[in-house]
Amino acid sequence: MKIIVLAKHAPDPESEISVASDGKSISQSGLVYDINDWDRYAVEEAIRIKEDKGGEVVVVGVGTNCDDTLRKCLAMGADRAIKIPVDTSLDAYTIAEVIKEAIKDEQFDMIFAGLMSQDLNNAQVGVLLAAMLDLPVATAVTELKVEDGKAIARRELEGGYLEEVELPIPCVVTVQSGINEPRYVSIMGIKRAKSKEMKEVSVAPSISTLEIEKMYLPPVKKAEMIEGDPSQIAQKLIEILKERGLI
Amino acid sequence: MKVFCVAEYRFDELNPLSIELLNLANQIKGDGTAEAVVIGKDVGKYAEELAKYADKVWKVEDDSLENYTPDLHVDVLSQLTERENPDLILVGNTAQGGEFAPYLAAKLNAPIATDVVAVDVSDGVKVSRYLMQGKLMVDLKLKSTPCVLTIRQGVFKEGSEVGGEIVDAGIKPSKESKRKFVSYIEPEVGEVDITQADIIVSVGRGIEDESNIELAEELADLLGGVVAGSRPVIDNGWLPKDRQVGISGKVVKPKLYLALGISGAFQHVMGMKDSELIIAINKDPEAPIFGVAQYGAVADLFDVVPELIEKLKEIKGA
Ligand SMILES: Cc1cc2nc3c(=O)[nH]c(=O)nc-3n(C[C@H](O)[C@H](O)[C@H](O)COP(=O)(O)OP(=O)(O)OC[C@H]3O[C@@H](n4cnc5c(N)ncnc54)[C@H](O)[C@@H]3O)c2cc1C
Ligand SMILES: Nc1ncnc2c1ncn2[C@@H]1O[C@H](COP(=O)(O)O)[C@@H](O)[C@H]1O
Repeated sequence: MKIIVLAKHAPDPESEISVASDGKSISQSGLVYDINDWDRYAVEEAIRIKEDKGGEVVVVGVGTNCDDTLRKCLAMGADRAIKIPVDTSLDAYTIAEVIKEAIKDEQFDMIFAGLMSQDLNNAQVGVLLAAMLDLPVATAVTELKVEDGKAIARRELEGGYLEEVELPIPCVVTVQSGINEPRYVSIMGIKRAKSKEMKEVSVAPSISTLEIEKMYLPPVKKAEMIEGDPSQIAQKLIEILKERGLI
Repeated sequence: MKVFCVAEYRFDELNPLSIELLNLANQIKGDGTAEAVVIGKDVGKYAEELAKYADKVWKVEDDSLENYTPDLHVDVLSQLTERENPDLILVGNTAQGGEFAPYLAAKLNAPIATDVVAVDVSDGVKVSRYLMQGKLMVDLKLKSTPCVLTIRQGVFKEGSEVGGEIVDAGIKPSKESKRKFVSYIEPEVGEVDITQADIIVSVGRGIEDESNIELAEELADLLGGVVAGSRPVIDNGWLPKDRQVGISGKVVKPKLYLALGISGAFQHVMGMKDSELIIAINKDPEAPIFGVAQYGAVADLFDVVPELIEKLKEIKGA
């Protein structure tokens, strides 16, 4: 079983966010990057399947500065990495296109992506890639079984319901968080993974479907804010609860 | 503008978001039309509901369409699109819509924007959407039509009836689906039904560790409530799955929802925004949760919760 996993080096939405001076991009200062949370689960799932059935896990990243994330995946147990040094944009098409080009000589059984990227929240790249490759897809997968020639996937629906579907191999799966418990990798582990192959594949993107007009902090209707030290805040909360007859 | 709205239903019920798509279509169609498309084996009753809000409803019926598969949805929608040439295809941003919409876009070579909350068609197609889990927003222009948009639930609730015709599209799948539907699986029932609780103490990633759940339990006990959580808390196994609040968990409407260390991502907010009273404690003054809470405090939950517990104990003791 050869599995290609897409892993994005992505800024954490919990880091400090501001708009750059062009008004059209995120300011890099204050951003903390790591492997996209959903991709951690995707990489773990691929490695578990390899450990069970043998084969190979190839991790693919698009971005000029994605080495740390690719190394982390190699440390988790991926066999080799492909880096596509293209400046990532908002356009999921561009990313899917360059990935398609970069993997065209790889004979794979499955492609795993995360359900979505934590910064762009598009939930597109995996599905676009499936469509470009004319492969069947299942998104938001929370349970996966791989048997000869097919994959049985449980997809997450609304309200805690799941849908079980069967896909022939080759296919594309996008992984929802919680599918497994991703293994921890130490700094030492990442250092040791340095000997694994990381190949750069240059691809020139040609598709552009979107234009950014403006980026801004969303206006939020604000709650009534309670000020003070923790004890004063607690006191005020107690008063509110009493007023409402909740205590 | 000719706007297509792809309807969705499950377990015998039309998804209300399908009507919201038509509300949006009616707002932006100008002298064009708002047209619903409903796909399945026997979709007459959904078509009738949709027709109230649509200029036209296209029925695409076939035995092989009984259960949704992205393969066949894309197949029949591409055929209909190529024949009818809509400018815009609106799809619900749901587990189903979010799955087939990008596939459809790629097959049509159409630009796509997902989880859209505002649409402006005065000069090409422009949309607004959130980035960074609700902390940033972007206005985008889609460079060509037709384009595909998936629309966030709950934004376009207002609309009026139109009253249109129902038409058999006369379209059949051109192939078999490679992906097969097997079954639906119901959520497991746990010991505590958080949808019945009056008071919910809800914890997010800010609770940091399983061992800190105790703190929330103690507070919930004193308030006569139950503990629930956001998705990462459940993904990490710190609380059972049936305690998850949100779009893929439970929808709750308690008298009090106390959100501790929850950022307020849309998928969470959809599960708790109709609570009678929402109070949020979060370290980050920019956390989107303060946009849905009536009261908020920018503070460390590990400072405030012990104080609250202490004061509640005093009250109980007195
Ligand atoms: C298809 C889909 C379905 C989803 N379904 C759901 C769902 O049903 N329910 C759900 O909840 N999510 C769901 N999500 C995930 C959702 O997008 C968010 O990732 C999630 O809600 C974030 O949870 P959080 O707020 O606990 O964590 P984070 O976003 O990481 O926020 C943690 C917050 O805690 C604060 N904090 C940290 N430490 C402290 C402290 N000591 N004191 C006070 N505050 C602190 C931080 O400032 C931050 O705001 C879904 C996502 C997708 C794509
Ligand atoms: N720059 C990238 N490099 C590698 N994988 C990516 C990249 N962008 C997106 N992906 C993959 O596509 C998934 C969905 O991303 P998105 O469509 O941006 O929400 C992510 O979880 C990744 O698996």
